[in-house]
Amino acid sequence: MNIDQKRRIESIVALTLSTLAALSGMFWLVFILGDVLVRGIGALTPSLFLNDPTPAGVSGGGLRNAFVGQLMITGVATLIGVPIGILGGTFLAEYARGTKVAQAISVLSDIMVSVPSIVVGTFIYAIMVKPVGHFNGWAGAVALAVIMIPVVLRTTEDMLSLVPWTLREAAFALGAPYYKVIIQVVYRGAATGILTGILLSIARVAGETAPLLFTSFNNSFMSTDMRGSMASLTASIFQYAMGPYDEWHIQAWGASFVITVFILLITIAGRLIIKWRYK
Amino acid sequence: MAIIEKRNSVDFAFSLITALASGVVVLLILGILIVLVRESWLAISHFGVVKFIKSTDWDPVKENFGAATTIFGTFVSTVLALFIAIPVAIGIAIFVTEISPNFMKEPIGIAIELLAAIPSIIYGMWGLFTLAPIMSKYIEPALKASIGAVPVVGILFQGTPMGIDMLTASVILSIMIIPFTASISRDSFNLTPAVVKESAYAIGATKWEVVKNVVLPYSKLGIYGGITLSLGRALGETMAVAFVLGNNHQITTSLFNAAATITVTLANEFTEADKDLYLSSLFYLALILFIMSFIALALAKFFLLKAERKTSR
Amino acid sequence: MADIVELQAKNLNFYYAGNVHSLKQINVSAHRNTVTALIGPSGCGKTTLLRCFNRMHDLYPKNRYEGEILFENNNILSDGVDIIKLRSRIGMVFQKPTPFPMTIFDNIAYGLKLNGISKRSELSERVEKALKNAALWDEVRDKLNVSAYDLSGGQQQRLVIARALAVEPDILLFDEPTSALDPISTGKIEELLVQLKNDVSIIIVTHNMQQAARISDWTGFMMLGELIEYDKTDKMFTAPSEKLTEDYITGRFG
Repeated sequence: MNIDQKRRIESIVALTLSTLAALSGMFWLVFILGDVLVRGIGALTPSLFLNDPTPAGVSGGGLRNAFVGQLMITGVATLIGVPIGILGGTFLAEYARGTKVAQAISVLSDIMVSVPSIVVGTFIYAIMVKPVGHFNGWAGAVALAVIMIPVVLRTTEDMLSLVPWTLREAAFALGAPYYKVIIQVVYRGAATGILTGILLSIARVAGETAPLLFTSFNNSFMSTDMRGSMASLTASIFQYAMGPYDEWHIQAWGASFVITVFILLITIAGRLIIKWRYK
Repeated sequence: MAIIEKRNSVDFAFSLITALASGVVVLLILGILIVLVRESWLAISHFGVVKFIKSTDWDPVKENFGAATTIFGTFVSTVLALFIAIPVAIGIAIFVTEISPNFMKEPIGIAIELLAAIPSIIYGMWGLFTLAPIMSKYIEPALKASIGAVPVVGILFQGTPMGIDMLTASVILSIMIIPFTASISRDSFNLTPAVVKESAYAIGATKWEVVKNVVLPYSKLGIYGGITLSLGRALGETMAVAFVLGNNHQITTSLFNAAATITVTLANEFTEADKDLYLSSLFYLALILFIMSFIALALAKFFLLKAERKTSR
Repeated sequence: MADIVELQAKNLNFYYAGNVHSLKQINVSAHRNTVTALIGPSGCGKTTLLRCFNRMHDLYPKNRYEGEILFENNNILSDGVDIIKLRSRIGMVFQKPTPFPMTIFDNIAYGLKLNGISKRSELSERVEKALKNAALWDEVRDKLNVSAYDLSGGQQQRLVIARALAVEPDILLFDEPTSALDPISTGKIEELLVQLKNDVSIIIVTHNMQQAARISDWTGFMMLGELIEYDKTDKMFTAPSEKLTEDYITGRFG
């Protein structure tokens, strides 16, 4: 076998292996998604959405409390996290553009994006649960907001930086003060990008479980009082999946289905918006 | 180029608000560090630093705590997951950038992103109900029968294959981190200038030789960054492993044994800790995890920034 | 028409980021209802000079002016000047079109709103007037509510001119306004500039000597941060007094 043949074979082997790797990636996606969809769709009964849990071991019941709690906690987290994230990103991309401070905060945010979410949970427990002596929905919402802020902040920074600088100069040249330039011109120019960032950050926190375990905890009763412990879909999935009853497992699959579809739809919507806007 | 336009008062107020908002990130990081140190102070003063890290005790009844078993579990599961994930992720990146026909690039890119978007609790539950039975019934017995009989490496595959163990947890963890590693590797591959690749083709290199001799060396820093980032994420991943690791505080050589990581210990025991020293020890674990992952993530950022600078030059 | 000096730079020096001496002892004036062109090789400081006139340089730290720029007998470089007001009196149009991400109507109305005009009827009236002045009205009258990005490059540039005109400035500064446009759009803009000088005084930076010769009444030639020669355009292009000017306009360098 001469050297050329050897090189060609080596090339074919290596390329086949990477094709297999790509296929295996697709395989896991199809496997996991397929499993969640198939097992979950059977669990989607009206009572899953409309009923509250029954006592352990008693059949029937649903996860209405968890759906409501999840919406409230995620909603409040969004209300806290999004404004702070957008304003913070504005500082980095506008008032502090190009400064060392902006760079440092940007790097810290990138790190913060990947800090273990369970650590955030322990942190919020120490400052919002321990002092009042009981778990509460506010703590869960703040924990999710803490995870959201750096995500929104960094996308906002990136999206604002994409708005051409001359657009700002043109607005300055008309006599606009900087805050009006930002709010009326720059934000508009970056609106779709920022919206995508918000969507992706919601997708990111909606599936978070670890930071809720020690903050909003769980509640087997319907409750809309954020001052007390609150159910969430993810915490319920954890509890039900680890529990001993088949019926719990089925409900856990149902909840997984809903949350997975929700997150994937948001993620896809975010991608589509980006593609449509920046084509 | 900071803006120093003479401000009117509204503008000054707005700039101040945005500055405060961005300061929140700094406050959070400092806050986490300070609060965790404060909360774990009881355990730090009780067990010390080196002793706590070296001690394999974890006895809530006798209130004797050490981090060695959980740090061991965290490291082994992370390293094993990276060991499985890195080749696959780099393979995916090579496929997407160099091999795949154009019409497939986007679907695969989207698939990778969707895999990354699936919440970790879904991975965990899927692992518990689907993967663990497969592992215990087919894969683990096969591994035991084949590699288990080989001297030295064989000790990794001893005992009863239960499916709820270090190996299953690592496999799930690896599936979880493949998307990150793959997409960062892909992005750094794409940074290789086409001219450089073309000149390699022009002297008669095969596709693989171009990848091996041009693309991989060129994107080395980006790949290091991607791997370190995945390391940082894997260290702190909780829900994907919480279902299938078993939360057993022990150091064993066999991957068929249940184990504990810092995250799994926190998830399972934090709300049950009834004594101050117990809770403080758990905070101590959280602090150790925070520091470990912060270092890994900072290192990842360092590599990625360096890679960025290299290409922008 | 009486010859009135609208804007006058006296011994103007400008330093970028503290110490880069980019404009040296500039003495130049712009006359009311005329077009003044600034020409010169790239890097000569013509854009830098233009950006002194509406104090665009104040946006960035450590930039420093010396000397005076007189506008209505006031030195606009002095500390007390309200820059925001100044910029509504001295407008600017950039190299590339800079429509804002809004509708055509909102683009024009933007500067008016900044100046506190909010009555819908007055806005409509002034938007229409500005678009007519910018010779764009006929092309966009039916689509005032579509995004400004849907216009062609040449239309966008005229839109930006209309936006600048809407606030009825005394002076308009143009920074190579046609360099990103095709010849036909360029022709339209040039025609427009000549018409506009009845309403505003115009200072234009251009790298295109023919353009300067076609549309300007006065021309300043700059090199390495110095104003080499400043004179009536016809004199400048037929009988320049400086050797450097002659070399440049006959194409011996640059």
